[in-house]
Amino acid sequence: MDKEEYKELVKRRERRSPSPKNCLRAFWTGGLICVIGQLLTELFLTLGMSEKSASTTTTVALIFAAALLTGIGIFDRIARYAGAGTLVPVTGFANSVVSPAIDTKSEGLILGVGAKIFTVAGPVLLYATLSGAVYGVIYYIVSLFL
Amino acid sequence: MELLLSCVRAFVVGGLFCVIAQLLIDYTKLTPARILVIYVSFGVFLGAVGAFAPLKEFAGAGATVPLVGFGGTVAKGVREAVDKQGLLGALTGGLSAAAGGTAAALCFGYLFALICNGKPKNL
Repeated sequence: MDKEEYKELVKRRERRSPSPKNCLRAFWTGGLICVIGQLLTELFLTLGMSEKSASTTTTVALIFAAALLTGIGIFDRIARYAGAGTLVPVTGFANSVVSPAIDTKSEGLILGVGAKIFTVAGPVLLYATLSGAVYGVIYYIVSLFL
Repeated sequence: MELLLSCVRAFVVGGLFCVIAQLLIDYTKLTPARILVIYVSFGVFLGAVGAFAPLKEFAGAGATVPLVGFGGTVAKGVREAVDKQGLLGALTGGLSAAAGGTAAALCFGYLFALICNGKPKNL
């Protein structure tokens, strides 16, 4: 095989994995997680929780499930199939917190787990807080004039 | 019946959020971490322009379970805090509204890091 052929081969090989299939997988797995969330919320509501508490408790329950599945090593296998289907729901956020925490245990509990637990959660929290604060300032100024 | 319908709506809306992210992953160079950041910021934006509440009304968990919902919660918390405390609320509202999910992720993350051992890396 000469150089040109090799280049051609690499080009063919690096074609991204077929997106329609990935999208379908992401759709039904992500949708299913949301349905589980919906059922949990309805359950908590029937148990007499306020809407806000039911919603937060659902989030906490899903995070716990994702953390558990990450801990026993099953989450990665599901995520390989589901792609964005497990990434976008809070399960992906939970996984991005738990996974580096487990992996960096050997580096110590302070600068290992303590620091690396924020590898992805840090940026997410930062930009959520930041955009929230910007919105708060704008909202405050606007409400002064209304 | 009502339950079934709300589940279908959650399924479709939540699924669509995931499909958009999948398209972003497949056709752009965005990493998962960037997508999470974009989604959470987009959620704050949706909350700020008042689009998140109707979406949540329609889709339920389909709107709150994706990370967009995290942003929507932050925006709502900020707005309520500013109404109550004035400008200080811009700083206090966001994180307090998102505290449940954040603390859960950190505490469970730490817990499972203590209990579980990572897979040995293939060196």
